[in-house]
Amino acid sequence: MSTKFLKIAGAVASLALISACASSTGPDIDTTAGADTGAGSGPVGAVPGSQEDLEQSAGHRVFFAYNQYTLTPQAQATLSRQAAWLKEYPETRIVLAGNCDERGTREYNLALGARRAEAARAYLSSLGVDSSRITTVSYGKERPLDPRSTEEAWSLNRNATTTISSVGS
Amino acid sequence: MKRFFAILLTAMAAAFASAAQARVTIDITQGNVDPMPIAVPNFIGGDDNASALGRDITGVLMSNLDRSGLFQVIDQRAYIYNREEFGVNTRPRFADWRIINAQVLVAGEIEELPDGRMQVSTRVWDVYANEQLGAVAFKTPADNWRRAAHKVADFVYKTLTGEEGYFDTRVVFVHETDDKQNRTKRLMIMDQDGANPVPLTDGLNYQVLTPRFSPTQQQITYMALFQNRPGQVYLFNIETGEQEQLGTFRGMTFAPRFSPDGTKVIMSMERNGNSDVFKMDLATRRLTRLTDNPSIDTSPTMSPDGRRIAFTSDRGGSQQIYTMNADGGGQKRITFGDGFYQTPVWSPRGDLIAFTRQYKGRFYIGVIRPDGTGERLLTESFLDEGPTWSPNGRVIMFYRQTPTRRDGSGGDASLWSVDLTGRNLRRIRTPAGASDPAWSPLLP
Repeated sequence: MSTKFLKIAGAVASLALISACASSTGPDIDTTAGADTGAGSGPVGAVPGSQEDLEQSAGHRVFFAYNQYTLTPQAQATLSRQAAWLKEYPETRIVLAGNCDERGTREYNLALGARRAEAARAYLSSLGVDSSRITTVSYGKERPLDPRSTEEAWSLNRNATTTISSVGS
Repeated sequence: MKRFFAILLTAMAAAFASAAQARVTIDITQGNVDPMPIAVPNFIGGDDNASALGRDITGVLMSNLDRSGLFQVIDQRAYIYNREEFGVNTRPRFADWRIINAQVLVAGEIEELPDGRMQVSTRVWDVYANEQLGAVAFKTPADNWRRAAHKVADFVYKTLTGEEGYFDTRVVFVHETDDKQNRTKRLMIMDQDGANPVPLTDGLNYQVLTPRFSPTQQQITYMALFQNRPGQVYLFNIETGEQEQLGTFRGMTFAPRFSPDGTKVIMSMERNGNSDVFKMDLATRRLTRLTDNPSIDTSPTMSPDGRRIAFTSDRGGSQQIYTMNADGGGQKRITFGDGFYQTPVWSPRGDLIAFTRQYKGRFYIGVIRPDGTGERLLTESFLDEGPTWSPNGRVIMFYRQTPTRRDGSGGDASLWSVDLTGRNLRRIRTPAGASDPAWSPLLP
């Protein structure tokens, strides 16, 4: 009875940590950030299996060329690291979100975002990640990382982003 | 009462006569380089209250006529008529109006009725032919004065153009607040001229995109964009506020639009990353596939006769507009220009398809005939998108987004209208950022 309670308490605590990490990274695209440099304490690594860990050890975002959904060699490399990471945490489920820049119509971009998410999903699947662990969504051009209307911003906004949705089965 | 019928009869007589021998007419199929000068003195009332109502109604009427681009409403300060002798049932002194170069005079009167309603009577006069072009009278609750003004404007428009007006209509759109990265998008409805904006959805945990009006009912279809699960098409009843997801699907459903008879919704459904066009019967909820192509097929729109559907596809390598039969057969490409052609929207008249074109980093709203000939671009900017037709097929509303500044501010969307000739570009005022307008049919 008491061990079961402790287990549940532990699970709740780790979930709380994960959600705190997820919200602290927010829309920030800097994947190297995340080490806590709080007063007096030394650097603490990301909690293994957390979103922060995924971002640091694999990278959670791949980028696309304008109006394209084919994976660049760089994107494939990132997804390969994601696949390896996901094999270490076989209970973890993810959401793959396809995003687009503002240089397209809303409806076409919703469709294009779905293509990008699917391209990333198919690649992870080809590397042995079970598709039942992956939910794909498209946000079209509705969730830009960078609000500016510049080429640089647009290239950031054309992406497929991996987010942990649950750590258990 | 007797007078009411007298006016009604006159209106009917005028309606019969006007087809044969209207002296003053506006051909709205041509570019109106010279808007028609029209005088609209304040509608008169028997007492202060009725006079105030008359002034309010006249203000909205003048604003409608002016915004149409077809009329030049002459400044009331130029009018030199005798107010005491002026009325809806007296023949005006035409010389008074010729002197200020008015071609048409609109005379009106408000009469408060014992039951709390008012009667609005209007006559339209041809100042040069010294004759009446039309007259109309109706009764309505006094607090309904804005709609009364829109109805009078529709009557003036029809009297002078021979076509149905579009002033007594509403527009549903997406009300945008908060920053660009985290925008709140809610459904809002307002009168066609931007008055009476009312939020329809509030406190939602999803963004509302691409609302569209039912052509037959006070109903809207839109897409709800969720967090971490695929967006889905919804139905929204304007009168009851009831919302309903249109079926549950594994993939995303989006780009919904009603069939012209209001019995179906055509939309895109995504499955394994690929989007095709489907048709859903609203009574049976049966879903029928219309396209089956490994490319993206989206933004379907049905012709008013229900026989054809236009849609966007990138099957040829870039986004272009295609048409097909209502059952999915006979698919053919109709646009061949450079750049991308997207978001086709069939005119309620059936003669044209409005679209969004992207070309060399700019966005355009244009029109093209359903056979692919006669392309005309009407607007251009950094981002123009999402055309919607006035119910008479003469005006297009769309949204325009400005580029975001280097510091990340700006980038707001706003609503604009333009007429079919590409003239008379006007911004429609909204409470905040606004996108994805959808024009209602004429209100019943």
